[in-house]
Amino acid sequence: MTLLDVRQLRVSFHTRNGVVQAVDDVSFAVSQGRTLGIVGESGSGKSVCCYALLGLIPMPPGRLDGGQALFDGRNLLTLPPAELRRVRGNEIAMIFQDPMTCLNPFLTVGEQMMEPLLYHRGASRLQARERALALLEEVGIREPQRSIDAYPHQFSGGMRQRVMIAMALIAEPRLLIADEPTTALDVTVQQQILQLIADLRERRNLALIFISHDLGVVSALADDVLVMQRGRAVEQGPATQLFAAPRSDYTRQLLAAIPRGAKTAPSLAQPQALLEVRGLTVEFRSQQGTLRAVDDVSFDLQRGEVLGLVGESGSGKSSLGRSLLGLVRAGGSVRYAGEELLGKSSAQWRPWRRRMQMIFQDPYASLNPRMTIFDTLAEPLLWHGLADRSTVERSVLALMDDVGLARAHVRKYPHEFSGGQRQRIAIGRALATKPEFVVADEPVSALDVTIQKQILELLQQLVARHGLSMLFISHDLAVVRSLCDRVLVLRRGRLVEQAATERLWAAPEADYTRQLLAAAAPAL
Amino acid sequence: MTEPVDATQEQGTSLWQDAWWRLRRNTLAVLSACLLLVMALACIAGPWLSPYGYEEQNLLLGAAPPSAVHWLGTDGFGRDLLTRILYGGRISLMVGLIATGVALCIGVTWGAVAGYCGGRIDAVLMRIVDILYALPFMIFVVLLMVVFGRNLLLLFFALGAVEWLTMARIMRGQVQALTQQEFVEAALSLGLSQRVILFRHLVPNALGPLIVYTTLTIPSVMLLEAFISFIGLGIQPPQSSWGSLIADGVETMEEYPWLLIYPGLALSVTLFALNFLGDGLRDALDVRAAKD
Amino acid sequence: MWRFIASRLLQAVPVLITVVTLTFFLVRFAPGGPFDGEKTVLPEVKRALEAQYRLDQPLWSQYLSYWGDLLHGDFGPSFRYPGRSVNELIAAGLPATTELAFYALLVAVVVGMGAGLAAALRPNSWRDYLPMALAMIGICMPTLLLGPLLVLVFGIELEWLPVSGWGDLPGDKILPSLTLGAAYAAYVARLTRGGMLEVLSQDYIRTARAKGLPEAVIIGKHALRGGVIPVVAFLGPAFAGLLCGSFVVETVFQIPGLGRLFVQAAFNRDYTMILGSTVFFAVLIVVFNLASDLLAAWLNPRVRGALRGQS
Repeated sequence: MTLLDVRQLRVSFHTRNGVVQAVDDVSFAVSQGRTLGIVGESGSGKSVCCYALLGLIPMPPGRLDGGQALFDGRNLLTLPPAELRRVRGNEIAMIFQDPMTCLNPFLTVGEQMMEPLLYHRGASRLQARERALALLEEVGIREPQRSIDAYPHQFSGGMRQRVMIAMALIAEPRLLIADEPTTALDVTVQQQILQLIADLRERRNLALIFISHDLGVVSALADDVLVMQRGRAVEQGPATQLFAAPRSDYTRQLLAAIPRGAKTAPSLAQPQALLEVRGLTVEFRSQQGTLRAVDDVSFDLQRGEVLGLVGESGSGKSSLGRSLLGLVRAGGSVRYAGEELLGKSSAQWRPWRRRMQMIFQDPYASLNPRMTIFDTLAEPLLWHGLADRSTVERSVLALMDDVGLARAHVRKYPHEFSGGQRQRIAIGRALATKPEFVVADEPVSALDVTIQKQILELLQQLVARHGLSMLFISHDLAVVRSLCDRVLVLRRGRLVEQAATERLWAAPEADYTRQLLAAAAPAL
Repeated sequence: MTEPVDATQEQGTSLWQDAWWRLRRNTLAVLSACLLLVMALACIAGPWLSPYGYEEQNLLLGAAPPSAVHWLGTDGFGRDLLTRILYGGRISLMVGLIATGVALCIGVTWGAVAGYCGGRIDAVLMRIVDILYALPFMIFVVLLMVVFGRNLLLLFFALGAVEWLTMARIMRGQVQALTQQEFVEAALSLGLSQRVILFRHLVPNALGPLIVYTTLTIPSVMLLEAFISFIGLGIQPPQSSWGSLIADGVETMEEYPWLLIYPGLALSVTLFALNFLGDGLRDALDVRAAKD
Repeated sequence: MWRFIASRLLQAVPVLITVVTLTFFLVRFAPGGPFDGEKTVLPEVKRALEAQYRLDQPLWSQYLSYWGDLLHGDFGPSFRYPGRSVNELIAAGLPATTELAFYALLVAVVVGMGAGLAAALRPNSWRDYLPMALAMIGICMPTLLLGPLLVLVFGIELEWLPVSGWGDLPGDKILPSLTLGAAYAAYVARLTRGGMLEVLSQDYIRTARAKGLPEAVIIGKHALRGGVIPVVAFLGPAFAGLLCGSFVVETVFQIPGLGRLFVQAAFNRDYTMILGSTVFFAVLIVVFNLASDLLAAWLNPRVRGALRGQS
């Protein structure tokens, strides 16, 4: 039986910069016990169409332009605010992406969990507390008696998301809307949360709307799928059918963008160590004490090799990458082309800077917002004497061709570009000095999947074209597999395992590696 | 970098141009800026153009209400009020600008050094700021004026010394936030020198908040000066500032209310304009707003 | 918790030492001795006076003995009012100033938070613009102008309220409290509005809405706490400002409080009085800063948890 039936929903945002049609004529339905996955990249309107149902879009600037949403026979879009409020949290509940910011830091989790019962069901505080304890137990929070009076900041990310889920389910809603509930979590935790959501859905015969940018995650959970692009429904249908035989180009593009398989290019014939790292240790001192971010790590990187560095958040992978370039103070030994780098003064470093560069994660933060693309790319060329005033323009334009940027954009500023274009600029800056070694720190994790694919392809081309050696840092195993020759696995600062990529996938030795691989196995 | 630009190259809009464009659309801020300009010009040129001297007494006339001869009336000594307000404005504006300048110089240097060096230097410098913050500074300004007499130069310095602390905190916060930005790390890994990083990458990005805060510091310094002059410790008669004119006006406000109202109006309107301009600049220069 | 208080109190020690030292030497290096102004004092009398006030001793020993007295809570005798101690003078002025500061703070918090809340709940409507325009006026209209204007309008023209005094006539406390509180009410209103708007844009407010809570619960229970923290943190500095503002207000309204006493002492070069009241003000400000810091910290469970962990 259809529980929610949305027809021809249209939502727009009216701002000073013009009108944006966020949701344009979208229809979908979901029944008891079924799961609808809504897939799209950032700005596709996938969240907006669910928020609109519950009146959670601030108006203005938002505006409902039409459509209807029948929930159990009532049209949610025309319901008076007081009645819609009784639906929210009571019959339809939501969980959000970032459990860190979505729980009130000033109230205990118990207080927040009890609220739906207190305000919708008129339960007594004692009854509500009983229910809250039972649900905490059910979602797998240890020691519910103690946890219920704790504040959100005292939980880890995964535990917070469990609390969030328990809070959403406490009033036994019939429909649960989950907006990217696992995006902010590490892979292993993500797997557990997905499992929990699936279990709860079975147990309660819930209708579930699961919003995500990640096709793999959606395919694991959804019965039906709706693909959205720029506010429009591009394709919808049963999950098995849609993934097996996508009809629209965009869905095909999305599916093609999922990195899969291993690197195809043959590896180098004669290994020759470019970088020899021995006993590398990075420590951060703070008032709380000393944190050992990287702990006694040793490895080699061969000339022409792309070495993957994999780990979850807090594993010290970024600190490791930065320490190789002398951006973070480190102990141990780093020999580059036979020369010891650690302990060099910044003046002694300078000649080596040309030969090793870095690409950063956040293309919004890694470009100086007050410099044009020309200035950004010309700076390393002029500073290292690779070009002079008369030749610099030609070199800059050549660089832009190299990373696939239109020449016409050379006098523009970073804020006038999209994330993917910015990352191209950042790559161009790193390659300006013709380095032989590049550290790439999560260069694609801030980007949408289709853009991610383009940037990965660009990196692959550049590695081949310029004979680069690269340390590729990522939390995403599929990306690493498609790009790297060899992989290091880092956990809490220690090197857990290192192996050639295909060997690692075929026969992981460490338990932790096995866990990671199991969690990341795409369901497609 | 002054190569000829290709005809096919599109010109970008820098964040400064963007901010300028937003500021110009803010009517209130533009009006405030115009008003400040007019006020400043009047205060600079007014006393020269006026047929009366600021200390020129006309005891026969005494206090007279506004008229065609004396546009804003005269005070108890028969001195032309408009001339005295414009002359006082010179001093009030000068105090505002110079004391803010003093605060800016000390605060920016202090904060930038603390933020850029970090570690122990930062801890010591900011510790000193914390301690000074807790001092009842206004009382010290009063004390200084009592002890060393009413000295205009000292007043500039003393008021500047009150305001530099906040300046230093803001600057340190800015520099600290910026040095953690990836584009500064990128500059480091390109091997650029400290000087280049400072002047090409840090300063231009720290400038926005600094401009805003400077604009908002001027009115608070002028307020302090008025306060000091009001309790009789700032400007020495026959010189005047807006604060001392108000203080004089208060004494005779029952009989000659214009002596209180016009100087008060001059001060309030100027403070208004400065605050609106500051708010407008804050909205215009907000980098986050530029991203959307 | 106690460790936090103790560490904050320890931080106050260098502040107080700086205040005492700076004030002491500033005052001693001032040109002109305290008795120079008297008509003609016989040399013997002057010498006797100087001996009485320990002015004949070397500077460092004066400094040390001042500290000795201070630690016993003794600010020494007044130069200007023979036979009266600074303690007595401060004790005489304290009640009026405390009361004035309290009422002004009350005006600032009640009016300011009310206006700020009203503005934040309906941003970009007249209910936002009106209080914020008034707040702008409050910030730009200095106390030294607002006081006389209020006197002129309500005291002299309308004759509704008394124009001076403190506790002598019914209603004579209204104008001074309003005058002193107005500017701070304006700051508090802007802070409250800013804080509330910031909090209301947080994700956890969206969560509360998604739970279908009534709007009053969302504002009162979920938003207010976070929105009020900047205001609480501002109360410490505001108190210091109020003390200085009391110089002007007490002068305008002829209130026999500490502020007027200090200004008079400054004019009369009553050095022990200046020294004493400066130290006294400093202690008050330090204590108030500590209280507002503690309160702001207490309101934030994250900080509170860290504090509890320490103790």
